Amino acid sequence: METFKTYAPEDFFDELIDENGSPRPEAQLLIDKIESLPEGDLAMRQREAEALLLKMGITFNVYGRDEGTEKIFPFDLIPRIVSSADWQQIESGLKQRIYALNLFLQDIYNDKKILKDKVVPEELVLSSKTYRKEFEGFTPPRGIWCHITGTDLIRDRAGHFYVLEDNLRCPSGVSYVLENRQVLKRTFPQVFQASKVKPVDEYPGKLLEVLEYLAPDNVQSPTIGVLTPGIYNSAYFEHSFLSQQMGVELVEGQDLVVADGFVHMLTTKGLKRVDVLYRRIDDDFIDPTVFRPDSMLGVKGLIDVYKAGRIAMANAPGTGIADDKVIYAYVPEIIKYYTGEDPILPNVPTYICGNDKDREYVLSHLDELVVKAANESGGYGMLIGPHATDAERALFAEKIKAEPRNYMAQPTISLSRVPTIVGDRIEGRHVDLRPYILYGEDIYVQPGGLTRVALKKGSLVVNSSQGGGSKDTWVI
Amino acid sequence: MLSRVANSIYWMCRYIERAENVARFISVNLNLLLDMPSEEGKHWKPIIMTTGDQELFEKEDPTYNQERVIRFLTFDRNNPNSILRCLASARENGRSIREIISSEMWEHLNNFYLELASEQSVDMALQDPHRFFKIIQMRSHLFTGLLDSTMSHGEAWNFARIGMMMERADKTSRILDVKYFMLLPQASLVNAPIDHIQWMAVLKSASAFEMFRKEHHNITPRKVADFLIFDSQFPRSIRHCINKAKICLHRITGTPVGAAINLAERRLGRIQADIEYTDIEEVFEIGLHEYLDNMQSRINEVGASIGTTFFNIKPLIKESSNEQ
Repeated sequence: METFKTYAPEDFFDELIDENGSPRPEAQLLIDKIESLPEGDLAMRQREAEALLLKMGITFNVYGRDEGTEKIFPFDLIPRIVSSADWQQIESGLKQRIYALNLFLQDIYNDKKILKDKVVPEELVLSSKTYRKEFEGFTPPRGIWCHITGTDLIRDRAGHFYVLEDNLRCPSGVSYVLENRQVLKRTFPQVFQASKVKPVDEYPGKLLEVLEYLAPDNVQSPTIGVLTPGIYNSAYFEHSFLSQQMGVELVEGQDLVVADGFVHMLTTKGLKRVDVLYRRIDDDFIDPTVFRPDSMLGVKGLIDVYKAGRIAMANAPGTGIADDKVIYAYVPEIIKYYTGEDPILPNVPTYICGNDKDREYVLSHLDELVVKAANESGGYGMLIGPHATDAERALFAEKIKAEPRNYMAQPTISLSRVPTIVGDRIEGRHVDLRPYILYGEDIYVQPGGLTRVALKKGSLVVNSSQGGGSKDTWVI
Repeated sequence: MLSRVANSIYWMCRYIERAENVARFISVNLNLLLDMPSEEGKHWKPIIMTTGDQELFEKEDPTYNQERVIRFLTFDRNNPNSILRCLASARENGRSIREIISSEMWEHLNNFYLELASEQSVDMALQDPHRFFKIIQMRSHLFTGLLDSTMSHGEAWNFARIGMMMERADKTSRILDVKYFMLLPQASLVNAPIDHIQWMAVLKSASAFEMFRKEHHNITPRKVADFLIFDSQFPRSIRHCINKAKICLHRITGTPVGAAINLAERRLGRIQADIEYTDIEEVFEIGLHEYLDNMQSRINEVGASIGTTFFNIKPLIKESSNEQ
């Protein structure tokens, strides 16, 4: 195994190694440990960890292949380390951001002050596919819309953090944070103890507190369920894992009915009322009588019960508007508008194709920019200009001209890297960071979060559907 | 608990029990053939009859030999009763309730399936079948042990036990039925050594040989049938399975033993009463095959009524794909 002695950060910000090639102070213990391992030991531990994940059944189905083709989400044993100084900035920045986004959601569905004050263009909000007119004039239980958020952060060459995007609908991946941590604790127990890594295991308990907080006032001990699309969903493991960790029911749409104005589960002893749902089904599919009528996953009449205040849901339907990739460009102004403060975590500079000036710039600089569609996720509907062919760029130019509102563009940021096991070598690979934020009685940020790593050499796409993997994240 | 969850745990355990029984049938036959090497062709067909898949087997090719039967019963994904299909179904069910069962159970079941589905396992099954099918049986026993010792004995556990007991009762009745059917025409050979070996094999197919010996010493066809149907203490006898299933059913509903408030309880109670008040003499008067055939239909009816009583509460719910 090639060791860190020959490892080069090259022209990138490396999370574990400084520009002189020495370990950063918070990574020293870990790197000493790895250096002291006998030849081949790290690769063996990596294989053992993968075998363990397969045995635990933490897999996803590969679509379009033979029956029984399952894969584990790729996982790399070398953790990413975040210093406590960096973490303080991230934590306070995320709290500020989520607090402001929640006020934004409440405002646009009710008084619309921010639109009347022309801080955010009214047209932009009202024309978005994820703006749900059905909820105009509605206030969700305790006034909270975005209970669970996963915000993607990146770090540039100079080591500055930026918010890349907000995920306020059904962000996934937190179960990998918890499972990765279990694996790492088994692999590097001594380093772990000596480094005083901040624990992540509080998350399920905190999530349960949020859900209980939402229950209708007259309910003493609420019945809570995690609503999943079922075992063929790629995040099914997570749904099942969270419900197990919280000790609540895991339900599918087919397990629920609306009767007498309430939502009930079908149990072996008849109907049982449900008070809170952590739903992992998108707005579009959640109630065929209100949204997509062809949905087989949802519950007929659920939205009526919800609007009548007889069931709470996290996240509230309609939050998708706040993670629209064009609205994203306005988040710094949104934060200033509602809190009077400057954003602690900056956005990546963003060009809005709906603005004539920005669009012209984007169209003439497609080879330098990353272009994203407003409502796509998972790395789809995206152009990475510097890596694209002329034909791909031409195709995107047409798309932008046809539907400017639907696109935004950002400069290509050279993401920071973390040493990663590649065969029997250690090489730098690009990463981002998705911390998870819970909004209940107060706002909690899980220390660390999911570090996603682009396993392909030079690649900047970290999404698991596009060949990305994950790493444990240590806040020290 | 959720109806869907109850349904899944019930079928998960039925499928594991089914896989174990298939493995045992093959094991016993392999042993039998060591004593009767010349009869290979004759002895593989009854196994397929026992699992009830004759038609499917003969559709492609009606020749019975060891390799074909082992492949069909163990690895054939088109055979719904193959060990691999049973485990795949058990695992799908397990996956949908992994927050209900213990992680030990889930990890064991997951690993059981993954290893069986790996390429090496076909080679092993054909090259070293004795060892291979023993391993399958032991893994099923391990699963049952984990069920008993790592999961609370609440409602879910009781549904699991009912699934296991109903499947076991069905399989014991089938093995007895098929073997009797095979051996009866040779009644004149009743004291010949070959016959003896075959009846030992019947008992071994239900893991009953040693326990039978303790109880009855010498083997006669009548005593074998008596033991496998009526023995109250042997864990694979029909009577024992029915009694245990009934206890679990009443724990779930809270109905006092002796009363019945739903169809499943009434049907199961009736089978139990019939077994209590019947003896082996009466069975032979009716005809063993007729008796067992009737028993199997009634066991199936109990299964169906468990479905309507607990799993499909509302008629508008579409039939679960797990139901057979």
